[in-house]
Amino acid sequence: MNLSTRRVRAIFHRELREYRRNRSIVVAIAIFPLIFLIQPLFVVFLAHDVSSASLSQMHLLLYMLAIPVLTPPMLAGYAVAGERQHGTLEPVLTTPIRREEFLVGKALAVLVPSAAIAYVVYALFLALVALFAEPSVASAIIQVPDILAQVLFTPLLGALSVWIGLAFSTRASDVRVAQQLSLLGSLPLVLVTSLIAFNVIHATLGLAVSLAALLLIADVLGWRAVSPLFDRERLVAGSR
Amino acid sequence: MGPGEAESNRGEVPPSVAIGADVALSVDHLSKRFGDRLAFDDVSFTVGRGEVFGFLGPNGAGKTTIVRTLGTLLTPTSGSATVAGLPLTPENGVEIRRRIAVMPESPGLYLRLSVAENLECFADLYEVPRASERIANALELVNLTDRAGDACGTLSRGLRQRVALARALLSDPEVLFLDEPTAGLDPVAAREVHELIVGLRMRGVTIFLTTHRLEEAERLCDRVAILNTTLRTIGRPAELRDRLFPRTIAITTAAPIREPTQVFAGLPAVDGWRSDGGASYLLTVSDPTVAAPAVTRALVAAGADVLEIGQSQHSLEDVYLELISDDVEASGR
Repeated sequence: MNLSTRRVRAIFHRELREYRRNRSIVVAIAIFPLIFLIQPLFVVFLAHDVSSASLSQMHLLLYMLAIPVLTPPMLAGYAVAGERQHGTLEPVLTTPIRREEFLVGKALAVLVPSAAIAYVVYALFLALVALFAEPSVASAIIQVPDILAQVLFTPLLGALSVWIGLAFSTRASDVRVAQQLSLLGSLPLVLVTSLIAFNVIHATLGLAVSLAALLLIADVLGWRAVSPLFDRERLVAGSR
Repeated sequence: MGPGEAESNRGEVPPSVAIGADVALSVDHLSKRFGDRLAFDDVSFTVGRGEVFGFLGPNGAGKTTIVRTLGTLLTPTSGSATVAGLPLTPENGVEIRRRIAVMPESPGLYLRLSVAENLECFADLYEVPRASERIANALELVNLTDRAGDACGTLSRGLRQRVALARALLSDPEVLFLDEPTAGLDPVAAREVHELIVGLRMRGVTIFLTTHRLEEAERLCDRVAILNTTLRTIGRPAELRDRLFPRTIAITTAAPIREPTQVFAGLPAVDGWRSDGGASYLLTVSDPTVAAPAVTRALVAAGADVLEIGQSQHSLEDVYLELISDDVEASGR
């Protein structure tokens, strides 16, 4: 099956335009990243009794991997259920768009800003630490493997969170229910990143590669699993 | 039943012929059921290319469900159909949707986006070539060129309907489905939409119009079908009137006629008469052009002063009420 890039782009661009016109959406997606920025900054700049050695054990950057997991559920939960509730879904479904194109467009429109916000927050954190923290603290926190893990895992974790959100959004009849369930559905991913950050699971290169491969497979399976859930008849008529 | 023909579920009703030479829509014993609920049943008709076909029926009659089914949003439970030359199957869904356009009852516009941005999105979804040119043409057609930059949320309901119509025209569809296009509009806005539909008819667009505004159907449609879960009748509005009601001539005289039976008896093409109160009479006739001159001569010969004589017209509303009231009585509502 060939996906039409023009139709995918149409959905993607329209969503981004809506975000730009709706400040409450921007605020909603910025809340979690800001919360997750405060805790590491507090540890670095205010908790004076924390040694450089213990900081290097804390994997503060990995702790921030929760950002790409927790940012998408609000947007992904709204993506289908919200359009359905506002009556804008039916006109779109009467066009030649395939459900896979619609879902990829929606997924990208959630993933791209979520990943961008996550990267900006990491960069901000790194800049603050590099500029204002003690050199020993900075060198303990800014570790190349952690930065590479951030770069690699952000889109992979974000994409999985997006598919979980879209799955609930295609099935829920109410936007609020879809968003709540999307958030709940994404929480297990936060648990994994937290276990790594708190050294319960020891981060090694092998583990990182395995996890990345696993996430990539999960992302593809996520897309494959959500597509059949997207049933035009149920979405339009509320039947089935 | 060959192309160009239409049929009704009422056995006594003869088939009506689609106006266009080619068939744009052909529906054969189509039914749709949601669990235990029957949305529409055993519906068959054809619509010719370039025809404006009206689908009338009360709320819950199945009109919107038929539009959604023919628009490939719903899968029929049984029966078959051909839409814009393609069999209605899941495999043909994308291609059918490429050839048609549907304007749902609710415009479903993105209210935070401008008129032009809404149309840009749909031009891309239809993969329309030379999109900006087509958008400009569509806006010109619905007289909204000067509002292209306005956010849809700031427009009145009537203007939003016009944007939705422009959106439906972007892809230059072979068949245009309009589902209650004037629902909730004030008379002025409804009239504007009517004028747009007349304009589209003149351009040869096949239009499938669902409505429960009878004057709208009578004014705009070449043929109409009346649906109440099953198809009750189908034909041109004038055909339906003739089919259900006898032709009548209404007469008003200055004073009551002394012996009306003697005056009207034996006149050519006059089948019967009844008093309509006071000095008014209704004559059932087989051919008004033959009956009217003979009746006039007979009245003058009888010394009656004729104030008014003319053919009495039943409206499409009379046809509709006659058919739907049967259903209401049958269901005990």
